[in-house]
Amino acid sequence: MPSSSSLRHAWAVASKDLLVEFRSRTGILSAVVFVVLVLMVFNFGRDPTAVSNLVLAPSILWVTFTFAAILALNRAFQLELENQALDGLLLAPIGRGSIYLGKLVANLVFVATVEVIGVPLVALFFNVEVWPHIGPLAAIITLATLGFVAVGTLFSAMTVRTRFAELLLPVVLLPFMILPLMWATLATTSVLADRPLSEIGGSLKMLAGYDIVFVVVSLLLFPATVNE
Amino acid sequence: MRLLRAGRWITAIALLLLAGVYVRALVYTPVERLQGLAQKIYYLHVPAAIWAETAMIIVGIASIFYLFLKDPRLDRFAHASAEVGTVFAVLMLTTGPIWGKPIWGTWWSWDARLTLALFLFLLYVGYLLLRSAVADPASRARFAAVLGICGMVLVPFVHFSVYMFRTLHPMPIVLKPSEPSLPGSMLATLLFSVSVFTLLYVGFVTQRYALSYLREQLEATAGGGDSGMGHA
Repeated sequence: MPSSSSLRHAWAVASKDLLVEFRSRTGILSAVVFVVLVLMVFNFGRDPTAVSNLVLAPSILWVTFTFAAILALNRAFQLELENQALDGLLLAPIGRGSIYLGKLVANLVFVATVEVIGVPLVALFFNVEVWPHIGPLAAIITLATLGFVAVGTLFSAMTVRTRFAELLLPVVLLPFMILPLMWATLATTSVLADRPLSEIGGSLKMLAGYDIVFVVVSLLLFPATVNE
Repeated sequence: MRLLRAGRWITAIALLLLAGVYVRALVYTPVERLQGLAQKIYYLHVPAAIWAETAMIIVGIASIFYLFLKDPRLDRFAHASAEVGTVFAVLMLTTGPIWGKPIWGTWWSWDARLTLALFLFLLYVGYLLLRSAVADPASRARFAAVLGICGMVLVPFVHFSVYMFRTLHPMPIVLKPSEPSLPGSMLATLLFSVSVFTLLYVGFVTQRYALSYLREQLEATAGGGDSGMGHA
């Protein structure tokens, strides 16, 4: 399905979104500040003598990324609502699949930026060794993020045009995020605890399976969310 | 309306047969050696769980056909199936802890199976909330279909995650690759109960379908006169 021209169109959509984001920088700045604030909330909401940082860090990492991703996804189609930009995008002579892929890439770049800033912050605030495990950790984060951003991009195209958009997206999306989050947290825990890498094989395979299935399903279903 | 009446009859018969399930489970089925009488709830919990999952798959299949055929009847059917699935999910989530308390010693345990059962329920709630948040019937049907299909795709992931984690919840003992490891008389009671729940599902869905049809008719006529509804 994705020929070279549809990939080029997808890149055009993605670069448009990223350019808008880069020019204003409000979205990314608020997301990063939000991550810092969530980490601070976690710090005050725990008893440091009861649970060790190493046990807590994976959960903190993933809960923070969940909230940040939902913020990012809410904003993805919000941009298109102003001045009926979405109608313009739909009138453009490009496939619906390219629009979806473009939005997906833009969201991935956005969430990945937040995560690249978030991981060192977790390491800093909660005193866990991240650098020696950076390879496996990057693999886990990439696979998990791709899965839930794929579903989230599809859903935000729908929820943005409903009442209570900002509230409805998490309600609809979280049941889909919980599985990748569970696998990612399990894998992160065993990576940070220096356990053998073979332990995370199962989780990575499930994450990869989830990614493949949901990217394909979302690509096929996206036209139904925008066609009138 | 004929459909509504048929649905009521099917439900009434199913409820009568449900009483029969109880009689069979309590009188004619042996008491489980380790769990005693508490295990009797199995004959409600498992059929409810089976139908909670199956209803989601039916929602997904109806949604796929809706996206191709754009027939409002399919959308109405998917909506009905989702509401009935919600009811069965609630049944699964209430009978589970009642069974769990005497046997495990805890109402709830955050293991994979239970958590994902809860998320199946929340999936239904999300589906129904999304429906209620869209005003335009055509977009409502399309959005709901998209979410329904995604939900159907999620169910196998939910189902197989049970094999990945060690949990308190027992492994499936009937629907598994090898032979069912349930004594014949218990299996018979379970199958009887599953068929009664099937009938219940059909009865509920038929009624719900007829009701949404009537509501749409009402909205159409009210919309024709003055735009206000809610007087009806």
